[in-house]
This record gives sequence, C-alpha cells and structure tokens, in this order.
Amino acid sequence: MPDLLVIVLKLLAVAAGFAVLPLLIGQAEHKVMAHMQGRLGPMYAGAFHGWAQLVADGVKFAQKEDVVPAAADRRIFKLAPGVALVPYLLVLLVVPVGPHGQVALDLGPGLFFALAVMGVGVIGAIMAGWSSANKYALLGGMRVAAQLMSYELPMVFAASSAAMAAGTLSLSGIVEEWHWWWLPWQAVGAAVFFVAGLAELRRPPFDMPVADSEIIFGPYTEYGGLRFAFFLLAEYAGILVLCALTTVLFLGGWRGPFLDTELGWLWTLVKVFALAFVVIWVRVSYPRMREDQLQRLAWAWLVPLSLAQLALTGAVRVLAA
Amino acid sequence: MTGQDLVLLLLGAVAVGAGVLVVTTRQLVHAALWLVVSLGALAGSYLVLTAEFVAWVQVLIYVGAVVVLLLFGIMLTRAPIGASADLDSGNRWAALAVALGTAAVLVTVTVMGFGSARKPVEAGGGSAEALGASVFRTWVLPFEVLSVLLLAALVGAIVLSRTDVGGRAGRDGRAGEEGG
Repeated sequence: MPDLLVIVLKLLAVAAGFAVLPLLIGQAEHKVMAHMQGRLGPMYAGAFHGWAQLVADGVKFAQKEDVVPAAADRRIFKLAPGVALVPYLLVLLVVPVGPHGQVALDLGPGLFFALAVMGVGVIGAIMAGWSSANKYALLGGMRVAAQLMSYELPMVFAASSAAMAAGTLSLSGIVEEWHWWWLPWQAVGAAVFFVAGLAELRRPPFDMPVADSEIIFGPYTEYGGLRFAFFLLAEYAGILVLCALTTVLFLGGWRGPFLDTELGWLWTLVKVFALAFVVIWVRVSYPRMREDQLQRLAWAWLVPLSLAQLALTGAVRVLAA
Repeated sequence: MTGQDLVLLLLGAVAVGAGVLVVTTRQLVHAALWLVVSLGALAGSYLVLTAEFVAWVQVLIYVGAVVVLLLFGIMLTRAPIGASADLDSGNRWAALAVALGTAAVLVTVTVMGFGSARKPVEAGGGSAEALGASVFRTWVLPFEVLSVLLLAALVGAIVLSRTDVGGRAGRDGRAGEEGG
C-alpha cells in the first residue's frame, strides 16, 4: 500500500499549498502595496507591521450576512464562486515542484490540462455576472468574456512554443528539457504568456471587467461575505497558478544554481514568489487599460508576437536537429 | 461489463441528458450552461477511452472558448433571468425528426460497420504522440484539406465583417456606418 500512501500525501500537500500559498500572496499584496503607495491602513492590525491584517479581513468576511439578490438566479449565483475557485486547485495537481516525480499527477498532456481547466474558471465570473440581475454585473461579465476570447489565443500559442521547444506536452518533461539558453530563445513567448495570463486573471492593468470607478465591481458587485471572499481567493489562487505555470514553462521550474535535486521545491517557490511580486508591482504602477487598448494589445501585438515566437522555435528546432 | 464500460455508459447518459436539457430548458443562459455539462461529460468519455489529448483539447476549445463565445453573444443581445415564453420554435417537431433520423443513421452505420467487433482499450493509445504521428503521417492529406477549408472560412468571415473592402455592402451607406 505504499503507493496509495504516496498519493494521499501528495494530495494533502497540494491541498495545503492551495490553502496557504494564495493567502501568502494576498498578505504580500497588502504589504507591497502599502509600501509602494504609502498606504498606512494595512500597517496597524496586530501591532508589528500589521501582520494580522489578513486574519482581520477573514474574520470580517466570515461575519457578514450571506445575501442573494431577490431578482437573481439563485442556483447559478450560489454556484459561481465554486466554479471560479475549483479549477485553480485542479491545475495545481499537475504542476511539478521538484525533480523525480515531485508532482501530484504526472499527466501526459499536462500543459493542455492546465490551460483547459484555467479557461473553465473564467466561466465562474461570467456566471456571476449574469446571475446577479444587475446591469453593472452583466457589463462586467461581458467584459470578462471578451477579454478571455482575445487573450486565450496568444496564451495557448506562447505555451505551445515551450512545448515545441521541449518536444513534450508533459510539464515535468518540459522542465527536464530546459536549459539556460531557453531564456533568450523563449523570452518573447514568456512575456506574451505572462501578460496574457494577467489579462485572463483580470489583474491590473487588465481589470476593465471589475473597473470600480465605472461598473462598481463588475461581476462581483452583488456578492458579499464568504462568497465574495471565495472570488478574492480565486484571484490569488489564479496568480499562484499563473506564476507557477510561467516558472515551469519558461524559467526552468525546479532548476537552480545548485542542489537541484534536494532544493528543487525551494527554487520553484522562489521563482513563483518573485513572479507574484511582479504581478503586485504591476498592479500598483500601471493605470487601467481601456477596452479598445486591451483588444489592440491582444490582437495587434500579442498574437503576432506569439506567432513569431512559434516560427522561431520551429526554425531553431529544425536547424538544430 | 467492466468498470470502464459502466463509467462510459454513465458519462454518455449525463451527456445525452444535459443535451436534452439544452434544448428543453426555458431559460436561455441555462441552455448554454447545460451545454458545458454535456461537453464536459463528452470529454470524460474521451478520457475513459484513453484519448486524453482529445479530451483536454475538447475542454479547452469547446468549454473554454465556444461556450464563452455563446454566453457573450447571449448576454450581448438578451439574457433575461427566469423563463422566456417565446423560446419554443414552431419547427421543433421537424427538428426532433431530424435529430432522431441522424441518430438512427449514425447508430446503423456504426453497427453495420463494426458489429460486435471489440478493440481493447490500451493506455497511451490516444496520447499526443500517437495522435500526432497518425495525423501528420497517415492522415496528412485530409488534415491539409481541412485546414484549407478553415482558411476559406476565416477569409470569408473577414470579408463579411469588413465593410470597407469590396462587395455591395461596402458601398451601402448604413453598412459603412456600422463597421469600424
């Protein structure tokens, strides 16, 4: 029965990672934003450096009343936060954190699994936007859908470039094949993947769907309490998944300067959190893009760039073979 | 009957049931969401048959892109919450006849073609490697013909949506205002 034990332990590790890491990213966002923008609010709770801010937020969310608008489609409204959150948990199953099978589920087409399941998460936001029976929520839901449709294509192209370079669709296989010279070779693909992923997560500067100054909070306008907290958690879990996938596909995953085998998980975590820091940094330093700028960036820049990266990857593979 | 057969049957039942709900529900957006369930069950069936690559591409393209496009279209035009009275089409009996006829033809062809022939399902039979090898070696000509068909559809879509190039629509004043 040792096999069964290993599987159970791996699943527990993934569940623990899913419970802890997004909260760490949330805490980091509080602190980094507070420092970068001189915000004093999150620096008081629990005395030292406001360490208890996240705990206080959690308590606040749990205390709030669970309200469902009278005109809403109750079933879909209640289902939406789950549909938004669960796919990110599933993606974590296939992300390798270290060499020699340190992954919960080593799928052959793991890359396509990750991309497909991430796409399902967006349906949660669309469901929330429609079922709230609120015109701002509906507008937000439509913007989510429009954004997904334009950014899914460059994201899949950029990810395919990494798969082509490695000659496999398995995420562990891609890290196995990775060499340092992938960094310049796949640089464009990495940038396109990361930017398109930010847009798919609706993180600033791509937060048109939740633009608070125009449409309140987009699809999440009518949500409160724990259901709203689930959407926030889905956002942080999304950051975790995006950074983990970028790390695995383009930054060499568990490869580091020394002790790859023993410290692989540490290198993965370091890279993931460095990328998460960039995600937060971008949020505090870039203004929101307008809808037409969003669409132009996707179709006029990211799609051609990702196609050029695919052509380059293919040419180098053929010439090197 | 093995466990695999049972799971396949159950997934098939879910796919067909959700498909029936897509056309019988009186709520427009629920129809699109039932389609997600139906397509998801279909992807599950592919998984049981070890065609894992096809399964995940099915989720990526149909659930992640096609249904999102459908939802976007519904929300852009009208997406009432609650039942709509005017969803029933006068053609529904004709549609039912066509659906049953298609199903009968497909079942008959499959039964006549394969009968009770059995092929063992082996792990890795539908992997990306096996699929890629057969598409780009054995079936490369149909694949290329299909890609030309898709290219023609793409060009057609561009011609239809651009009113500033060619065609009578471009010279028509109103169509020109709507474009852009």
